[in-house]
Amino acid sequence: MARKTHVQTQLNGEPVEFLCEARQSLLEVLRDELHLTGAKEGCNNGNCGACSLILDGRLVNSCLVLGVETEGKTVETVEGLAAPDKLHPIQEAFLENAALQCGICTPGFIMSAKALLDTNPNPTEHEVRYWLAGNLCRCTGYDKIVRAVLDAASA
Amino acid sequence: MQAFEYVAAQTVPEAVAVLDEKGQHARILAGGTDLIVQVREAKLAVDWMVDIKAIPEVNILTHDSQNGLRLGAAVPCYQIYDTESICENFPGLVDATKIIGGTAIQGRACVGGNLCNASPAADSIPPLIVLNATCVIVGPDGERELPAAEFCTAPGQTVLERGEMLVEIKIPQPPSNSSSYYLRFIPRNEMDIAVVGAGAAVTLDAAKQKIVSARIALAAVAPTPLFAEEASTLLAGREISEEAINEAAAAAQAIARPISDMRGTAEQRTHLVGVLTRRALKGAIQRVLDA
Amino acid sequence: MPEKKEYKVIGTRPIRHDGVDKVTGRALYGADFHTAGLLHGTVLRSPHAHARILSIDTSRAEAYPGVKAVVTAKDLPAAQDKIADLGEGAVNLKYLCDNILASDKALYKGHAIAAVAATNAHIAEEACALIDVAYEVLPPVLEVRQAMKPDAPLIHENLKTGSMGETADKPSNIASHLQHKKGDIEKGFAEADVIIEREFVTGTVHQGYIEPHNATALYNPDGQLTVWCSTQGAFTVREQLAEILQYPISKIKVVPMEIGGGFGGKINVYVEPVAALLAKKSGRPVKVLMNRADVFEATGPTPASFISVKMGATKDGKLTAAQTRLDFEAGAYPGSPVGAGAMCIFAPYNIENVLIDGYDVVVNKPKTAPYRAPGATNAAFGSETVIDELAEKLNIDALEFRIMNGAKEGVKRADGPVFPRIGFIESVEAAKQHPHYTSPNGKKHHGRGVASGFWFNIGLASSVTINVNPDGTINLVEGSTDIGGTRASIAMQAAEVLGIPAEAVNPSVVDTNSVGYTAVTGGSRTTFATGYAAYEAAQDVKQQMIARAAKLWEVDEKDVQFADGEFSCINGKEEQISFRDLSARLGETGGPVVGRAAVNPPGAGGAFATHIVDLEVDEETGKVEILRYTATQDAGKAIHPSYVEGQIQGGVVQGIGWALNEEYIYNAEGTMTNASFLDYRMPTCLDLPMIDTVIVEVPNPGHPYGVRGVGEVPIVPPPAAIANAIYDAIGIRMTELPMSPDRMLKAMGKI
Repeated sequence: MARKTHVQTQLNGEPVEFLCEARQSLLEVLRDELHLTGAKEGCNNGNCGACSLILDGRLVNSCLVLGVETEGKTVETVEGLAAPDKLHPIQEAFLENAALQCGICTPGFIMSAKALLDTNPNPTEHEVRYWLAGNLCRCTGYDKIVRAVLDAASA
Repeated sequence: MQAFEYVAAQTVPEAVAVLDEKGQHARILAGGTDLIVQVREAKLAVDWMVDIKAIPEVNILTHDSQNGLRLGAAVPCYQIYDTESICENFPGLVDATKIIGGTAIQGRACVGGNLCNASPAADSIPPLIVLNATCVIVGPDGERELPAAEFCTAPGQTVLERGEMLVEIKIPQPPSNSSSYYLRFIPRNEMDIAVVGAGAAVTLDAAKQKIVSARIALAAVAPTPLFAEEASTLLAGREISEEAINEAAAAAQAIARPISDMRGTAEQRTHLVGVLTRRALKGAIQRVLDA
Repeated sequence: MPEKKEYKVIGTRPIRHDGVDKVTGRALYGADFHTAGLLHGTVLRSPHAHARILSIDTSRAEAYPGVKAVVTAKDLPAAQDKIADLGEGAVNLKYLCDNILASDKALYKGHAIAAVAATNAHIAEEACALIDVAYEVLPPVLEVRQAMKPDAPLIHENLKTGSMGETADKPSNIASHLQHKKGDIEKGFAEADVIIEREFVTGTVHQGYIEPHNATALYNPDGQLTVWCSTQGAFTVREQLAEILQYPISKIKVVPMEIGGGFGGKINVYVEPVAALLAKKSGRPVKVLMNRADVFEATGPTPASFISVKMGATKDGKLTAAQTRLDFEAGAYPGSPVGAGAMCIFAPYNIENVLIDGYDVVVNKPKTAPYRAPGATNAAFGSETVIDELAEKLNIDALEFRIMNGAKEGVKRADGPVFPRIGFIESVEAAKQHPHYTSPNGKKHHGRGVASGFWFNIGLASSVTINVNPDGTINLVEGSTDIGGTRASIAMQAAEVLGIPAEAVNPSVVDTNSVGYTAVTGGSRTTFATGYAAYEAAQDVKQQMIARAAKLWEVDEKDVQFADGEFSCINGKEEQISFRDLSARLGETGGPVVGRAAVNPPGAGGAFATHIVDLEVDEETGKVEILRYTATQDAGKAIHPSYVEGQIQGGVVQGIGWALNEEYIYNAEGTMTNASFLDYRMPTCLDLPMIDTVIVEVPNPGHPYGVRGVGEVPIVPPPAAIANAIYDAIGIRMTELPMSPDRMLKAMGKI
């Protein structure tokens, strides 16, 4: 078995330590080592966005980040978004707008939308569509997702 | 995915030493958006990944009208398009950085990586060529510089020798009345690889009626991104006109040597070179006129 | 016939019950399952599209550190018995088993050959590379018309064409031929003043669900097999496992995890039996995950097809005859949806003379699977384009032409059934009156097109159990996996019966040991049939609660009335109690109340849709941009309108993808060269406008609330509507899908 490296990172506001092989992606580490399965594997090559999360304040595909690269970094996943007694406004907007069907792409869309609204709190519909183009959804036709993000922005 | 070792180099000499020692079994990891996929899909065998993102020199991003743009090899796309003065002076490069992958890819992918990956369809290379970019390469024997147009030698192949790494890309400040433009054709509006890409940089005269100089470069129509030399030089000194632009487009088409693959056919690509060259030139000219 | 009623819950838009789990990342999908001692399985797949398997040597893989089990087709019991029994069922079973692990021939690139279970997925992948397979490579057959030629290489040496009860003498790649006849086709064309005859080609497309197939299996020492997976139907997985593994159904429990999209593609099993074999051999739980390339290359896309359509009409606009030939690629094994395509193709119209021929043809591509109204989209691309051309030739508005010829109650379809009350005309009227259709559309290179579609919908078995809680809420137990909000639409039907809010229902989707048999979530049946079961189970609860109230008040059951969530006495006694208060008194009136229902409702009303699209063609690049899209559809009764809209919008966008860019691209060796989300090119949100929807409600007489299935029909009209709009924009009829930029440039004579 390949050698494992000890990594310390900040995950959803908490310090976390884990061991991983260099070849394990951040997505694999989250899912298989830390059992945080909110980020999903849809393609494992950066083309669907189901594994989107925020690394050091920037949206990334976690399938294209090595676990070892997160040493000393800050990772935000969908599991860290809601307060204990209250959903994040983007999560609320997704529910209110029925912006999910099967839900597999939803965590990625929500993290992508959060990264958008963190940098651009009042996006136009086109800006939302441009920003979210890396997140594929096959169920909704995107209509209600785009509306949910616009709603969350105006909330 | 094969097993490999990971090294986070802190200095250029440290990275160069590992690259020199391990040779072709070592690869530089910057944004990782190409490298990780290629290794995962067993298209590339790599025993060492040398992460350079902690090295200060590859993160440099400065612009002034004296020295132009200094772009560290590992600066991710979003930092480029988030910098206002780069958007003003190097819009063709910004066009490319905004369409490489989606937002999440742009959070990691870097222009230096796009160069080193040496895809014939790389979006940022035509803008680098038309903007007269220079690659700063450091290796065991020191530093050398090379025009961006000469960096790629074949699909996936570059001029980098054993132990060498791309550290920085330098782009001179364009003269006044200049602008640049890059566009590609893809069947969707995002998340595709260029079927054809075309970049143009133009400098107009003070009256903005004549083309003083122009540079045109193409992607996805040859084994490497191409500088369209004849198409570029024939525009020098010409009035801005449909005729001149069409001549340039035809000259660009003449050097295209495209293949047919799942992204497009050779005939489609040759046709699109004409369309995109016209649109790139008009886009760059319009930007000067609008300035 | 259900009357137009005011409902308290139905037609409202409550938050879905599983919503919070899905927006917080807590919902557990198949790949999220974890258990102690878990091994990871990886499948070795054929690099060839057509090859005889000469030998498989697994010894190097077995010896690799970390490997716990290696399996091949030899580990499948049924595959070994195939020669002993060549009855028809056995042949089908051989196909079924061979598609799980190839025994003698690899029939498509990506066909599963062997599998490895190891301590992690990377080791399993490395070990797969150590399995030595010797192949004799054979020429592949990749296209339906090539495959039908008498001299085409044979994919199955023993396959002989079945045609209307007869079996051919010689083997062929044509698995079967079907025919539907109505009236006299020659007479019909003789009566026509205008006849249009065209040929169409459609590419292989994939459902494109974002979640890859997955399965985790565990054999207990007592022989109990448990499988956790993402599936459209846990019971069908159980049935297929029992057949493929030749294992008693009573010893198999299938636990449906949350499912990340299916659209018909997650009905057939692929990795479930492989996980089970690996689990048995290793004695450990084994999880097998497909990657994205596996999903494209080795699951069930929907067929490429060649379609000819001939239709005739009188000069005053009456359709007199319609004829079609549908050649569908089945993939590696027989069983394309050509039958469904044949049922749907001319169904929206009342045509006296119809002749439909369909052919099911094997080719060296993955075995096809259902995809949202399977077969109907291919078929409608042909028929709805010809309808448009007829309307144009006759100088009649395209929607008016559909209304003039539209099918209504009492019209007999060419394949037999007579329509009950349907809403086709209403859906077309809604489109015709829509501001989109009445708005001007005159810009250069802009075009507007319309098309209609039909899907018959299905009923099938569903079971529901309801337990009443002491606080007046209910726990609803169902067996339909929830792919798009059906927990809500089913719960709402029970809530309506019991006069309680949707939020007072806790719906659970449970495993095959915990609920009565329930067929797949497919065929647009779930809100209809499982909703029907929920309605009946709630009626059962209501009756039992009436008995409890009667007992409490010491009156006859017939003297207790239930309305608006209140039980009251109607024999003069002044008694009243709410559902909630009575729920708290079950203990003193006889114990728990459990309602139950098992249904197999016959009256799945057909669904009709009519779409309007505006688009722009870039004449220099051939690219088509969708500018505006409006879809009207008869939903019967929209239980949860948001999720009805969502189904329509999602189906439309899949149809747009199919129309414009999606297709399997093969090289000459039969390798799919675009088996990734990057190059398969499904629409992103930047490729689309908002999708406007109009829900028409013509109640289905076969459902207590008038529900019609809504999920499938919205994918049917888009390719034809877009082709018709392209014609409007540039005057060229596109007859091949997808209408990708290179095909557009060719059609325009630009290349």
